[in-house]
Amino acid sequence: MRGAVVVALVALGAFFLIIGTVGLMRLPDVYNRMHATSKATTIGAASILLANTAYFGPRGAGLVSLVGIVFLFVTAPTGSHMISRAAQRMGVDFAGDVSWPGGSDGVDDPTEGEATDPADD
Amino acid sequence: MASEPAFLDPVMLAGLVLSAAVTLVASYRVIVGPTTPDRVVALDVIGTNVVAIAALYAMFTARGLFADVALVLAIIGFISTITVARYVTEGDIIE
Repeated sequence: MRGAVVVALVALGAFFLIIGTVGLMRLPDVYNRMHATSKATTIGAASILLANTAYFGPRGAGLVSLVGIVFLFVTAPTGSHMISRAAQRMGVDFAGDVSWPGGSDGVDDPTEGEATDPADD
Repeated sequence: MASEPAFLDPVMLAGLVLSAAVTLVASYRVIVGPTTPDRVVALDVIGTNVVAIAALYAMFTARGLFADVALVLAIIGFISTITVARYVTEGDIIE
């Protein structure tokens, strides 16, 4: 019974790791890639850590794995937010003709004022 | 763990091989880019994959020690991501 749970969680985790990497390969720009990796890869690693908890029991290494899951779920969005803000400050453009919703006003845009006329790039 | 089902070992081995292959594929994005944030995102993915590999290895060898390794790798990955994202924009880390 416990072996079946461990196998199911490992299979789910490997599936989500593959999904995250396919998104990293296939999606067009850095913001879309971050969207795929920060969710799918976190779910994959968390699922494998949960399989660890099911394997080792609720004490010792299993408890450490639960702490690892909490840590991943707290830090992965923070790291992705930092990277996307750094990308925007570096001037990495969106793919295609995507722009901020409603133009640049109404959005807290840190590049506002530095950029020239948005029509000529 | 005392009573371990026999089918668990090949599943762990398959998971390890799969995660290692996926990590190698992610290094393509580190090499090609095209921008620096792409490389940082790919390195972040590699860090998360290595956390998963450490957790799988803990089950493969039935040693709980490697769960601690996974936690420490997660912490180091987070700190390095924050540090690189800050260095890329600000030019230094601690001013």
